[in-house]
Amino acid sequence: MQPFAYRKIHDVAAAIAQGAGEPNTVFLAGGTDLVQLLQDGIARPAGIVDISDLPFSSIATTIDGMRIGALAKLADVADHPQVRAHYPALATALGETASPMVRNMATTGGNLLQRTRCLYFRDGVSSCNKREPGSGCGALRGEDARAALFGASEACVATHASDLAVALLALDAEVLVAGPAGERSIPVERLHTLPGDTPWIDSDLEPGELISAIFVPRGAAGWAQAYAKLRHRASFEWPLVSAAVSLAVVDGMIEDARVALGGVAHKPWRAEDVETLLIGRELDPVLAREAGEAATEGARPLAGNAAKIPLLARVVSRALADAGGLP
Amino acid sequence: MTPATTFVGSPVSRVDGPAKVTGAAVYAADFDIPHLAHASIVQARVPAGRIAAIDTRAAEAAPGVLAVMTHETTRRLPWHPRDPRPGVDPKAGERLHVLQDDVVRYDGQPVALVVAQSEEQARAAADLVRVDYAPTAARTRFDVAYARAPSEATAKAGRPGDTSRGDPEGAFAQAPVRVDVPFVQPREQHAAIEPHATIAAWDEDGRLTLWDKSQWVDNVRTEIAHVFGLAEDRIRVISPFVGGAFGSGLRTWPHVTLAALAAERVGRPVRLALTRRQLFTNTGFRPHTESRVRLGAFPDGRLTAILHEATGQTSTYEEYAETTLTPARQLYACPNVATRYRLLDMNVNTPSPMRGPGAATGELFLETAMDELAHALGMNPLELRRANLAKTDPDSGKPWSSNALAACWDQAAARFGWADRPRTDEARRAGRERIGSGMASAFYPAHRAKARARVTLYANGGAMIQAATSDMGPGTYTALSQVAADALGLPLEQVRVEIGDSALPPAPAHGGSITMATLGNAVANACAALRETLGADGEGDLTPALRRSGRDSAAAEGASSPGKEAQEYESAAFGAVFAEVRVDPELGTVRVARLVGGYDVGRVVNPKLARSQCIGGMVQGIGMALSEEAVFDRHCGRVMNANLSDYLVPVCADVGALEAFFVESDDRVFNPLGVKGLAEIALCGVAAAIVNAVYDATGLRMREVPVTPERIVTAQAARGR
Amino acid sequence: MSETTTGAGAPAREPVRAPARDSARDDASPGVPPAAHPVRLTVNGEAHDLAVDPRATLLDTLRERLRLTGAKKGCEHGSCGACTVLVDGRRVVSCLALAVACDGREVTTIEGLAAGGRLHPLQQAFLDADAFQCGYCTPGQIMSGVGLMAEGRARDDASLRDELSGNLCRCGAYPNILAALRRTTGIEPAPDATRGDDRLRAAAGVDEIARDARDGAGQGGA
Ligand SMILES: Cc1cc2nc3c(=O)[nH]c(=O)nc-3n(C[C@H](O)[C@H](O)[C@H](O)COP(=O)(O)OP(=O)(O)OC[C@H]3O[C@@H](n4cnc5c(N)ncnc54)[C@H](O)[C@@H]3O)c2cc1C
Ligand code: SF4
Ligand code: FES
Ligand code: FES
Repeated sequence: MQPFAYRKIHDVAAAIAQGAGEPNTVFLAGGTDLVQLLQDGIARPAGIVDISDLPFSSIATTIDGMRIGALAKLADVADHPQVRAHYPALATALGETASPMVRNMATTGGNLLQRTRCLYFRDGVSSCNKREPGSGCGALRGEDARAALFGASEACVATHASDLAVALLALDAEVLVAGPAGERSIPVERLHTLPGDTPWIDSDLEPGELISAIFVPRGAAGWAQAYAKLRHRASFEWPLVSAAVSLAVVDGMIEDARVALGGVAHKPWRAEDVETLLIGRELDPVLAREAGEAATEGARPLAGNAAKIPLLARVVSRALADAGGLP
Repeated sequence: MTPATTFVGSPVSRVDGPAKVTGAAVYAADFDIPHLAHASIVQARVPAGRIAAIDTRAAEAAPGVLAVMTHETTRRLPWHPRDPRPGVDPKAGERLHVLQDDVVRYDGQPVALVVAQSEEQARAAADLVRVDYAPTAARTRFDVAYARAPSEATAKAGRPGDTSRGDPEGAFAQAPVRVDVPFVQPREQHAAIEPHATIAAWDEDGRLTLWDKSQWVDNVRTEIAHVFGLAEDRIRVISPFVGGAFGSGLRTWPHVTLAALAAERVGRPVRLALTRRQLFTNTGFRPHTESRVRLGAFPDGRLTAILHEATGQTSTYEEYAETTLTPARQLYACPNVATRYRLLDMNVNTPSPMRGPGAATGELFLETAMDELAHALGMNPLELRRANLAKTDPDSGKPWSSNALAACWDQAAARFGWADRPRTDEARRAGRERIGSGMASAFYPAHRAKARARVTLYANGGAMIQAATSDMGPGTYTALSQVAADALGLPLEQVRVEIGDSALPPAPAHGGSITMATLGNAVANACAALRETLGADGEGDLTPALRRSGRDSAAAEGASSPGKEAQEYESAAFGAVFAEVRVDPELGTVRVARLVGGYDVGRVVNPKLARSQCIGGMVQGIGMALSEEAVFDRHCGRVMNANLSDYLVPVCADVGALEAFFVESDDRVFNPLGVKGLAEIALCGVAAAIVNAVYDATGLRMREVPVTPERIVTAQAARGR
Repeated sequence: MSETTTGAGAPAREPVRAPARDSARDDASPGVPPAAHPVRLTVNGEAHDLAVDPRATLLDTLRERLRLTGAKKGCEHGSCGACTVLVDGRRVVSCLALAVACDGREVTTIEGLAAGGRLHPLQQAFLDADAFQCGYCTPGQIMSGVGLMAEGRARDDASLRDELSGNLCRCGAYPNILAALRRTTGIEPAPDATRGDDRLRAAAGVDEIARDARDGAGQGGA
């Protein structure tokens, strides 16, 4: 870890000013990702602005939905009675995130902005265009078992590892952002970017922009939801692949649907074709299977990650089955 | 008068337990040594080549830095050869002479060392060292085409290239029922939760003290004496608590030398604590091994041919070899047996023994093949084992000093409920999951070594037992206390055990499951010697005799070494493991619902601790079967998942109900205490039983571990689902 | 093969300890750069005013500055749980917390658990259930267990397993750790759908532990 200047800031405007004004300055929330990156020399900031005391940790129900502070701890969100009651996909995704200790430290904003788990990025020394632009992509011809199936580029085949982001995408959530240019809101779908030629960029945020809260619209509250996560261990592991589904079911008929996929792209991946396929039909095991297959449409495997394709199909079917109460 | 066996055989709690549950137990990195400086390693970033240039200026100028050491600035050490080599070292090749030349032999090799006031500073400065390499061709792909036979020295040490008895090829060709099973077991890491760490301190007289994580303090002392050209009595190695090691603490790894060098350079005590990432390449690992088992049998299940070939990886500078093929030669009665062992030199650090070395791997291969054979025969896998019980050692023809394998099979099967395991598709169905049952035999040769122990009895009724052995978790402190308490006729709490210090009477490696068979007897002998010295007979409290002698204390030493039983008998621990798994065939996940293991390990000194050790082995076996695999990039020659988030050891949620028990056994032929040892056997057979259960649940023959969802769906696709 | 010597004094019963510590440098960590930050940490009820390197983790600060080496280092990446302590009553991995960011917090470590020399019930249960071997993960496991009870997360058997899954035990003591937690929380082992309770109870070591406790065997040497 290289030396850095540390400041804890209690005022939103000052935090934004610091983040935008001083070069190579990063925000520190729960620290669970940033400290890992510091330990491995992947993040080498000159300055760290500790935002953990900013007033962003409340979780509140509003008339049009729920507002979850960006500094709310994952454990508190997962435990929140309203979240459990109205957004079970979210509660499940968070309950299956990391470990109890990490959930007590980690924040929702930090979770969305955690960096990829690509082994080549994380080891701090291998070729990696995301960590060291121009050094090449080690994963592309290397150990690519967890690499992306969708939206990858020659420059980077990494996936986004967040469980939360996948659930939020299926709930049509937005992130509320405060920055030098004022406030704005970004749909979760547009928060993260694809790697393209600039794999070192992960999100749409400008320097100094802070996530203040996540907004989950009320609409999704009445929908049938589920989050299904596949991993090697029974607990305490990032997803290999995952799926969040949210279905508006009226008289057995799917009237509207959101399907989001995790572990398969540089961002949580919206499966619109699957949504279209589901709408207007009745959920049964056959449809769940069909939808799973459809979710893999357009997947472009590398040498070592083709097995993720059938697993993705099945995890989508499983999420649908869970949402629909199928066996 | 106290009966002779109050404590041996009873489930007393760990005597070191209070220290461990309160945080008072002191592990290597915990020692508070005044004026400590901190060292950090710079690792090579190519798998083979030379260091073309090394720029340490920025590191030297960094805050707090005391020294930066490279091969250019480090003094040449004598590195005297060891003759004979310790049992835990490879028999051929030469150990890594760290910081002595510009050659890079594997990715991760230490190429520089930074010493600074604080650990943060040392690491930050290590990060600033710039190394340019002139890479050379490296072997980073496991390709059996390049494998070679082991050297003569390795062959002599029980790891022969080719062995044959009877007519294996002929018998196989004529066997009515045959299977031919390839299998891959990847590189696995010990992954003890305590990282290796060493604190080195030289005194004004040039004596060196090392606080080190070690399973064998005497070996560290001897090795460092040879490396530095010092007399052994100039070095003391201290290691009272070891936070798990499973073999990683048997050898003296290069970082111990580095710590001593650094302390010498800066004239202060230095601590070198390896990071988790560094552990993967600065200590050993279980080598990637590929195997082919061919079995031939008669329709009644009797084996007529076993042909087992295996290739393991080793480094380019040392020939590490395993006894992978010993089970093929010894576990079952079979007249025609051939084994072929090959080694592949790769640009990796040298592998090392990891729990159940050789046997755990070999039995994974052999016992999954036995399951395939049982199905080819249409036979109950348990009956197949029973049909091939080796009443004597089939390899040497010598009698077993004891063998209760049949009892293990019977009792474990009964406890598991093997006879009424679910056998129809209907019965195997449990919601979204399929239930599968599998079993395997377990076998691990038992040995003893030479050791001494000292007992001191005090007039106030306290006793002290001392030996340079270690306790990495099985309970040496407790078990030796039990033996001594019985032998001295004292309550357990009046016995104190001091181990993990090379200043104490010499002991062999705390590995290979030999500790109790060796040290337990040495302690018993020391106590008997003391009894004799004090002119007391029989049993019962020895303190009155001491008081009568008018002394404050009296001490005696006792020794133990293998006798002629080692020539006349074969000794081994045996076991049977039964597994019940739940497979979700949709998602390809496998969960271990139950494991039942029955073990013949000789006399059990402490059933409570012995059970813990066995369930611990089962948990590691679950990891071996389902999640553990060091991911090695075949282009850059690097372990990619060198951390505990990606190298997946089992967590609590992975572990179902585990039951371990011990069949009646007491091997007084092997040694007077009657123990055989149980650390290694506890891992053996577990992974095979699980893989076999996966077959039972799914009909899929998994021939590579770990059995992951990806491998399950791939196998389903190959079968056409 | 025996030799006899005489000596005086009875052996102490304490566990092997580190050499006496150099109390002069209690607070003067050698390598703190000028950018050191003042922080106040209340650890096990005692306030400490320290100047810390902003890079120092809470774990290293506890271990190196306050010499509380009960919290262990296993990975420094949140992956093993060996460094688990309570901060303001909740479980955290102290390797991922910067000490500077913990200014003003209350920290509880394993050393602060046994009140007045009496073991915490979970510590006692760990002893009785033999919920460890090497003991290295143990402080973290116990703090995690104490934390999950304090956080009100001891609900049922399945949740216990999950709540304990952030703490790796390479010695594989999980079944015994669970047994210790069950005993302390009063949670019954989950019945198994297909195979019957008894076998699971036996396998989980529940009866064995109950028997040990009854016979007093569990107290031997403790
Ligand atoms: C062992 C382990 C296992 C894990 N397993 C999982 C898992 O299974 N699933 C999963 O989804 N995640 C997992 N995680 C990731 C974890 O959830 C994230 O590390 C955590 O949520 C990040 O939140 P934080 O508050 O600690 O962020 P920090 O580490 O403080 O920050 C992360 C990044 O976000 C930025 N940032 C933080 N907050 C804001 C904000 N409000 N506005 C702008 N920028 C901000 C920081 O500048 C930094 O770049 C795991 C982590 C660990 C350590
Ligand atoms: S996939 Fe992306 S993150 Fe991984 S090595 Fe390639 S560029 Fe780096
Ligand atoms: S050391 Fe903190 S989790 Fe491993
Ligand atoms: S007791 Fe050794 S790691 Fe848990």
